Amino acid sequence: MQTVLRILAFGALGLTVVPPFLFMIQQLGESAMKGWMLAGTFLWFATAPWALRGGAR
Amino acid sequence: MRDADAQPNRGSDCCATAMNETVPASTPSPAHAGDEFEREPVPPHALKGPTAFWGMYAGEHTAGTEFMIGPLFVAWGVNAFDLLVGLLVGNLLAVLSWRYITAPIATRYRLTLYYQLERICGRKLVVLYNLANGILFCFLAGAMITVSATAVGVPFPHIQMPTFQDTLPTNAAWCVTVLALGALMTFVAIRGYGFVARVGHLAAPWMFLVFVACGLVMLGKLGTFNLVELLTPAEGHESRIGFWGVVFFAWFCNAAMHIGMSDLSVLRFARKPSYGWASAAGMFLGHYIAWICAALLLVYWVREKGVDPSQGMAPGPMVWDAVGWAGLICVIIAGWTTANPTIYRAGLAFQSLYPRMSRATGTLIAGTICTLAGMFPAVAMKLLDFVGLYGTTLAPVGAVILAEVYLARRFGLPQEWATATGSSFNPAVLLAWAIPLGLFYWAYLHWGIFPSYLTLPVYLLTGVLYLILARVLHGRTAATARG
Repeated sequence: MQTVLRILAFGALGLTVVPPFLFMIQQLGESAMKGWMLAGTFLWFATAPWALRGGAR
Repeated sequence: MRDADAQPNRGSDCCATAMNETVPASTPSPAHAGDEFEREPVPPHALKGPTAFWGMYAGEHTAGTEFMIGPLFVAWGVNAFDLLVGLLVGNLLAVLSWRYITAPIATRYRLTLYYQLERICGRKLVVLYNLANGILFCFLAGAMITVSATAVGVPFPHIQMPTFQDTLPTNAAWCVTVLALGALMTFVAIRGYGFVARVGHLAAPWMFLVFVACGLVMLGKLGTFNLVELLTPAEGHESRIGFWGVVFFAWFCNAAMHIGMSDLSVLRFARKPSYGWASAAGMFLGHYIAWICAALLLVYWVREKGVDPSQGMAPGPMVWDAVGWAGLICVIIAGWTTANPTIYRAGLAFQSLYPRMSRATGTLIAGTICTLAGMFPAVAMKLLDFVGLYGTTLAPVGAVILAEVYLARRFGLPQEWATATGSSFNPAVLLAWAIPLGLFYWAYLHWGIFPSYLTLPVYLLTGVLYLILARVLHGRTAATARG
């Protein structure tokens, strides 16, 4: 379970930075980019306590 | 180190103050009582590995105030070379300061700055240092509340956002927003900031990536990847600081922490002095990449939306425009998680003046001052100046420690004078700190010199004066004490 959450957490970080990169190279629209970033934000805070060492404490 | 809760979240960045230093040894933070080794060297079993330091420095130097500092460089007309190379050089000098000035002393004695100072200058003078720290913390936290309020205000059109030129509250709605935020932060600080510190810890990697995202989006919107071209100010926009201004700012925005020695409290947990290199994570991620990404936000608004660079734009609307809700959440969390421990520690500093005062009362006083300061955008909008004042005011005590450690014996001076004589007040330290500082404030107020230019002269003068004054005032006392 912890491994899955950790993978999801890193996926969340990916959602924070990959969509802006795709927007920069004009492969993604602005609203979609912002939507993915928001999803990444929620996913990060939901999973980070298990992904970061000591985060759950 | 944060993982093990050995150190509190120290707040933000250049503003990352040595918060643990404000805590009098007799009033340890409740969350950390018993494991901070405040009046004894850190024992070998409590030492931490290098990853804790890399993580901590990377996290604490990416904060809400970064959203202000990057755009302020643009507003000040700093050109591309000065910014890109000046920041590189200044941050490198900051890292070297941590590595070769702070870390060796921290790992040699393994004491907090507070306790080391107390042994040299006595408890009463440390209380004075705490007071200065507490007051400066209040204004710093006020700036963080201001930054957060610009994000909270985005969905509410009645709130008039401050510009870089604003020093007074913009309208009643702005005051209400800051008041509500400040009250909330103060309430949380009174309850203890453990939860907020944890959120800050969790948010750190994500916050850095939001800065990167802002930079990427701006490059996309500006339609070029040529940073040099983008960061070149428009014709006729005169630069307020040049290459050396950027170098000295980047070097000394954390002066209180490295040459000012407040990071003794952090690095005393390091196994080796080489852990001082970990500060590079904070400097080159937070104070290089994040500042440049934040600067691009204002570049876009100047070029595409016709904003006057000297008027600037509040961070909230710029980040909202760039990355939407994720950006607003980032600005609020960045401000909140850094302002909260600042208010908490300022409260403890005030409490140290009146030991009978409860911590809650001290925090309430600090929170009230912070909130009032936050209503006035002056501090946030003049952050480049304020950070220089902050560093120059607090860093000189580090020169006293440096002189004590490396030169006192060579000059035949007493070491740890206050402990040796049982005195609670060392006039040599007070004069050595106050005289250069008085000259500095006079020069700043009369000539308007950029404060970061004067940090090093004030620091060196303090060290030299301490050696002279200790010789003149304590030479005989020390001989008696030794005899």
